[in-house]
Amino acid sequence: MQKHFLMAGISAAACISAASSASAVEIEYWQYIYETRVEAMDQLIENFEEANPDITVNQVTFPYADYQTRIVAANMARKGPDVMQLFYGWADKFIAGNLIQPLPEDTFPAAQIEEEFFPIVSAMKRDGQYYGLPTAVRSLALFYNKDLFEEAGIDGPPETLDELVEYGKQLAVRNDAGNFETVGLTLDMAGQDHQWWREVLVRQMGGVPYNEDYTQVTYDDDAAGAEALEFYTNLQKKHGIGAPGFMDEGQAAFRAGRAAMTIDGTFRLGSFNDIEDFEWGVAELPANDEGVQSNYASYFANAIGSSAEGEELEAAVKFLEYISSDEAMQVWLEVVGELPARREAAMTNANMNDPIYGPFLAALPYAHTTLFVDEAAQRQTAIDMANRVFLQDQPVADSVAEAAEQEQAIIGAARD
Amino acid sequence: MVHPTSSDTVPTHPVQPAPRLSMRARSALWVWSFLAIPVLFYCVIRFYPTFNAFWLSLTDWDLMSEAEFIGFENYRRMFADPNFWQTFRNTFEYLIYGTPISLLIAFIIAYYLDKVRFAHNFLRALYFLPYITTAAAMAWVWRWFYQPPPTGLINGALGELGFGQIEFLGSTTNALPSIMVTAIWAGLGFQIIIFMAGLRAIPDTYYEAARIDGLGDWAILRKITLPLLKPTTVFLVVFISIAFLRIFDQVYNMTTNDPGGPLGTTKPLVLMIYETAFSSYDMGYAAAQTVVLFTILLVVSLLQLWILRDRA
Amino acid sequence: MTSATETPGLAMPRINPKAIVRWTILFIGGVLMVTPLLYMFSTSLKTPGQIYDLRLIPAEPTIANYLEVLREGDFMRWFINSSIVAVVVTLSNLFFDSLVGYTLAKFQFRGRRFIFIAILSTLMIPTEMLVIPWYLMSAQFGWLDTYWGIMFPGMTTAFGTFLMKQFFETVPDDFLEAARIDGMNEFTIWWKIAMPLVTPALSALAIFTFLGNWTAFFWPLIVTTSKELYTLPIGLTSFAVEQAIRWEMIMTGAALATIPTLVIFLVLQRFIVRGVMLAGLKG
Repeated sequence: MQKHFLMAGISAAACISAASSASAVEIEYWQYIYETRVEAMDQLIENFEEANPDITVNQVTFPYADYQTRIVAANMARKGPDVMQLFYGWADKFIAGNLIQPLPEDTFPAAQIEEEFFPIVSAMKRDGQYYGLPTAVRSLALFYNKDLFEEAGIDGPPETLDELVEYGKQLAVRNDAGNFETVGLTLDMAGQDHQWWREVLVRQMGGVPYNEDYTQVTYDDDAAGAEALEFYTNLQKKHGIGAPGFMDEGQAAFRAGRAAMTIDGTFRLGSFNDIEDFEWGVAELPANDEGVQSNYASYFANAIGSSAEGEELEAAVKFLEYISSDEAMQVWLEVVGELPARREAAMTNANMNDPIYGPFLAALPYAHTTLFVDEAAQRQTAIDMANRVFLQDQPVADSVAEAAEQEQAIIGAARD
Repeated sequence: MVHPTSSDTVPTHPVQPAPRLSMRARSALWVWSFLAIPVLFYCVIRFYPTFNAFWLSLTDWDLMSEAEFIGFENYRRMFADPNFWQTFRNTFEYLIYGTPISLLIAFIIAYYLDKVRFAHNFLRALYFLPYITTAAAMAWVWRWFYQPPPTGLINGALGELGFGQIEFLGSTTNALPSIMVTAIWAGLGFQIIIFMAGLRAIPDTYYEAARIDGLGDWAILRKITLPLLKPTTVFLVVFISIAFLRIFDQVYNMTTNDPGGPLGTTKPLVLMIYETAFSSYDMGYAAAQTVVLFTILLVVSLLQLWILRDRA
Repeated sequence: MTSATETPGLAMPRINPKAIVRWTILFIGGVLMVTPLLYMFSTSLKTPGQIYDLRLIPAEPTIANYLEVLREGDFMRWFINSSIVAVVVTLSNLFFDSLVGYTLAKFQFRGRRFIFIAILSTLMIPTEMLVIPWYLMSAQFGWLDTYWGIMFPGMTTAFGTFLMKQFFETVPDDFLEAARIDGMNEFTIWWKIAMPLVTPALSALAIFTFLGNWTAFFWPLIVTTSKELYTLPIGLTSFAVEQAIRWEMIMTGAALATIPTLVIFLVLQRFIVRGVMLAGLKG
């Protein structure tokens, strides 16, 4: 018996050393669990390992709710990943917590990044250094129910805010008791409307939501914030196009065929693809009278963990280079349905003419990213801002001022 | 009682391999071997974390960086935070309305249920059933009841009867009572059973004597039943109050899309703690909030015990 | 209310109209109490098209929702997780709470009062205050997202210890003394002699601990992160959020989470009610 054990031990040791000489470096890649993302990454890893036989990449995944905590906990235990995916909004926290390191300037020169990627990548830049690069980005668009549009005799999606209001009024249906059967447009600040208000409506009213580096709230500096909120709340109060809380969630109402339009992101495509009861389409977010357009884009960037050094750092850099390449982006678009972050990969004719991806892609050149310090808390200030007007009839200007004050406090608390 | 002398004089068993310990010492050995693991448990899982929470409340710990001592900064920030005072008020609203309403309904039902013989167990089971359900599951059932049209059951029924809709969870005034109703509903079964046990424990002779004295039902209730039920009532008041001060499951599940209800009008302290700690990762600040919760629980329990004892 | 008919011994050929009214009102109240449960089950048996139909009895009952939930969701897994957690924690409490309760009730030793008060004082510490340190501890020891992580805070409780102490105090010393003279060791005396004498208390404790852990929400919500480790309430919450407003599916999930305790209750009703009474009075 003992001999067997001994033999087994020796052969196991031999295997290990053989394996380690064949693949000299092993690195860990972390992302959160989302079926298609994991699948896409498996494909990318396979391609990468084929091209770099001396590097092994292990993909480790955690549920989204737990993901940040995992990284932090692992970092506390000094067992962090070599390459990890992070929401761009976490960048400040991760840099301050020393969880990630800047990308090496020689492989990723800032000037080149800015030339090749959409401008929104600058959210990963601090003091002239980039801390991560996205494979794919998401933006917002207007989803509309083609069947309901046809019933109402409307040819196509609204292109301006005025049309949005006009069509919305025509599309909303109420029953005898005055309750909505169908809403023209969903009003759901807890969904994507807070992004729409912040980065799109405020800008379309001639304002700027934040200063350059997002350390100061500026949407209350002029009337733009209040005008944007007035426009938003009037969708219910004046025009009766929709009601907050209708069917609990905007996307749920749209899915159930009880909303003619909803504003949502690329990430909703998967769940809307299951809709069988009606045809739907996607359009760019409506422009204002002067044709000003804006959008909110967000992304998960890939960054290098602070614990990676030496051989592992080299391998991590190579891997990061690959997963931010045109090739990787095309894989990601096909498998996950998220938009390429490089202009060249995104703006192909095939992609731009795609009826679904086209409108999302068209928005990328003019899209903005909000540098959140605590997205949940900042979203809450927007939800509350709208609710004060909806539920308590607070004057819009006061509500915007109050929201600005609260949000500034959140940003301030996170920055010191 | 342990009699330390007996073993010295009566060596009942000749087989005593170890050097003979006195009965007292052996008993102490048993005691501490019984207590070793639990005492360790209480130290590590109860007392140490308690002190740790106090300590963390004086730091700026945010999971990312090392905790740094910042004195009472978290408390200063909390007392200056209107959101904190809002949750504080909400929490006490749950407590101040929830406790007496629960207590009153539970007592009335228990009082009459106690007198019913026909299908007694069946009736009792109807009232008790909600208590054994999972709060998280039932919160979703109630949430569906409360939906605005065209989804919600209550509004659906109102609509069929030709009434206008009532905004429940989406209203700043109705949301908290709506959630409170579900919490009262869930706790009632337990309270009824406890009240009935208390009623049973009152000896019949008291009632007989009272009847002989010619007291009516109302007088019996006031002079005999209620005073003798005081220990039960005290227990329940404390029990229900603590449950309302710690309300979380229902609120969390009924307001997932705008946590804490419209404008935070349903948010209790525990939800604020949860968000501060596990959504904003502001651990030091959250720890300070838990210290406040702890203090409130302590004060409320002591106060109630003291008031009710005083009236004896 | 006249008093004569109230006494249980009397047969009831004379039907008191007041008693009928009382019974009817109590019955209606009882039905109202279970209405949410009834609608939960009823809706879980409806098709999506029927759910806004207010009838309690579904026009065409279907178990399709159950099949879909059981196929899609991880309910079986969550059910097993909840069972493991609740059973292990309950057994641990039965063992440790009664061991400590017994020791405090039946032994005289230095520090007895101190330990008793120390244990009792933990009743004043709310779980919410401990979760942050527990979380930190779990992160450091790798207990996050493990069964042990879910269970460790409840392995023994002051409530159970206090309850068992109260009951062990009613066990006559003579019994134990006799066993001692027979040469039993102290552990055997506790296990073989004392424990069987407090079975009602043990069952009360078991019921409370099991129910408490089966429905526990706050700590499992914090400590579990992967779907595979969710307990039933946490799993249900995540399932319900994912389903958005498919209420028939949410009701099915809620029903699946409720059925196990419901079955246990219907089987053990007398037992459970007595247990609650016992624990409530002594605890």
